[in-house]
Amino acid sequence: MFKILLKKELAPSIKLFEFDAPLIARKAKPGQFVVLRINEEGERIPLTIADAKKDSGRLVIVFQEVGKSTKLLGTLNVGDAIIDLIGPLGKPSEIEKYGTVVCIGGGVGTPEIYPVARALKQAGNKVISIIGARSKNLLIMEPEMKSVSDELYITTDDGTYVKKGFVTDELKRLISEGVKIDCIFAVGPVIMMKAVTDVTRPYNIKTIVSLNPIMLDATGMCGVCRVEVGGETKFACVDGPEFDGHKVNFDLLVKRLRTYIKDEKESLDLFEKHSAECG
Amino acid sequence: MPKPLPNKIPMREQTPQERVKNFKEVPFGYTEEEAVIEAKRCLACKKPSCVAGCPVEIDIPGFVSRIAEKDFKGAIKVLKQKNVLPAICGRVCPQEDQCEKVCVLCKKMEPVAIGRLERFAADWEAKSGIVDMPEKKPATGKRVAVVGAGPAGLVFAGDLVQMGHEVTLFEALHKAGGVLVYGIPEFRLPKAIVQREVEYIERLGVKLMTSFVVGNTQTVDELLQEYDAVFLGTGAGLPWFMNLPGENYSGIYSANEYLVRSNLMKAYLFPQYDTPIVRGKRVATIGGGNVAMDSARTALRLGAEKSMIIYRRSKTEMPARIEEVHHAEEEGIQFEFLTLPVKYYGDENGWVKEMECLRMELGEPDASGRRRPINIPGSEFRIPADTVVVAIGQSPNPLIPQTTPDLQVGKHGNIIADEKTGKSTKKGVFAGGDIVTGAATVILAMGAGRIAAKSCDEYLKTGIW
Repeated sequence: MFKILLKKELAPSIKLFEFDAPLIARKAKPGQFVVLRINEEGERIPLTIADAKKDSGRLVIVFQEVGKSTKLLGTLNVGDAIIDLIGPLGKPSEIEKYGTVVCIGGGVGTPEIYPVARALKQAGNKVISIIGARSKNLLIMEPEMKSVSDELYITTDDGTYVKKGFVTDELKRLISEGVKIDCIFAVGPVIMMKAVTDVTRPYNIKTIVSLNPIMLDATGMCGVCRVEVGGETKFACVDGPEFDGHKVNFDLLVKRLRTYIKDEKESLDLFEKHSAECG
Repeated sequence: MPKPLPNKIPMREQTPQERVKNFKEVPFGYTEEEAVIEAKRCLACKKPSCVAGCPVEIDIPGFVSRIAEKDFKGAIKVLKQKNVLPAICGRVCPQEDQCEKVCVLCKKMEPVAIGRLERFAADWEAKSGIVDMPEKKPATGKRVAVVGAGPAGLVFAGDLVQMGHEVTLFEALHKAGGVLVYGIPEFRLPKAIVQREVEYIERLGVKLMTSFVVGNTQTVDELLQEYDAVFLGTGAGLPWFMNLPGENYSGIYSANEYLVRSNLMKAYLFPQYDTPIVRGKRVATIGGGNVAMDSARTALRLGAEKSMIIYRRSKTEMPARIEEVHHAEEEGIQFEFLTLPVKYYGDENGWVKEMECLRMELGEPDASGRRRPINIPGSEFRIPADTVVVAIGQSPNPLIPQTTPDLQVGKHGNIIADEKTGKSTKKGVFAGGDIVTGAATVILAMGAGRIAAKSCDEYLKTGIW
């Protein structure tokens, strides 16, 4: 059992949990993820590690409530426990001194890019961060990102905060202003990561993305997370989750993510009906 | 002595029409009367060939004769001397290739139904509710880590704990049992039985740590700082695909994924359980082994109108157990022999729609001794399918070799270990089961666990590698 030690609502439907998980926290590196299971009937959900506090043994997870499992997870409180927390899984981010690095986080991608940005900063890089959200109330972790970035730019789709537009607009601006970028790390919705790679491809800027396909065991034994990178099939759980964004077949990823869309809806409808009945 | 009955006492089972609608176990097992009659067919040979045919050397005449004498308690005691998992072996061992194959009765008639009798004795004990615990040797103070709670790891752990060592069993998945829980379906091996056997191992004193991924959560080298020896039984968990065009369309599964969803995650009970599975109407399973049979039969139970086995050789070359093929045929699985998929076609949403196949013919025998399939040029044809399960095999799980630099691996990624001792190339590290041999059987993995346990005990006592 893994106990919840802290719960914070970062934005409507976006929650942060700190779990008591010393073994995993001790080992976790930026870019890695965990799999969790809430209860006996629960599915295995992969979630990127937002932070790992080695001293206190706390593992930080940020998630958005979208389906049944994440909504159920969101109903848990401090003192509650989930039955499984597995990890750290996947290959860590390649942290080295690149020079100037741009870290891009969209939506709940921001808490995932945060430990990467921090590590890149510690490795001696100049870190320029761009974070974005649909709207002001959904923009999260601004102070944290600010603390690990030399420069921080913010966009909102609807213009309710700082600059109206997408993270790619700020990226284009930086490029057009002649900022020499050595490497880009982008984490966020698939459509955002694809857009970032489309912007950087003509300039041949190395662009690392973190892929979020459907996973099951997440230890390399099932192959549901297969993605195409450079025309080759890779397992995102053990070969990734980070890949060279210019080589990723994003269209395939989008299609495979929709495999269980009907079942996910059925499960969610049942859950909401049940929640409504039980008040 | 009266002449034995020429045939095995049949084991009653669910009718095919009935069982394709449920996930309950197919055979019912012997009643006490049936078991006694069957056990009396045994000639109790002075030099029994069946024992040599058993990878864990069970005293077969010993337990069979006790069943014949209605001493069921005595029978299970004899079984457990050599086999901590009799309820499982009685169900999934390929007895027809082992003990029963060399039964002296085979010369003239059907062999003694050793597997069915083993199953009977184990189920009798479970039903009686009284499980005798074996005596444990005094504590040695030595600590052993076992990685992987599949057949090899369970046997190794069970043996070592009885030898007086302190044993911790690490499992990456959230349930112990390995292939017994994620791979073999409920209708062939009820999960309650696996659970019972795992609990027995725990009652012996083995400490179980599930959801612990050795390699990630802790490396083998880190384990060696806390433990005096490590056993690796991490299995053949890496699924093979065929690298065909269109193989990543939605609806195309590895057998591992299909079976993990259905068995471990209980997707057949969705939405009561959260994990979904595609309930295809036309399901094509590629492969001719037990895993392929399990997948095709699972598809039927999930509501497929047509469940097909696509196999590139002919029926004779299929590696699946005869019993499994027979059950599959009875249930209406359609076999497309001498057929090789070469390409998939999908719809605009990226879902598989059809597979293009080639017809094959058999040539000269290959390295496996089976006749090599050769494709017939120009024989392309298409099979419509909305779900495909690729069940062509799997290789050793690379997680441990990748994170243990000084562990030597073979060219298929298998850990190199001595057959007679289970010793790997790294001091204090033993290995056995599919991670060493590549995908094989439950009982062979158990045999390897047993061998490694003996030599590990020696090593712990003497410190000599």
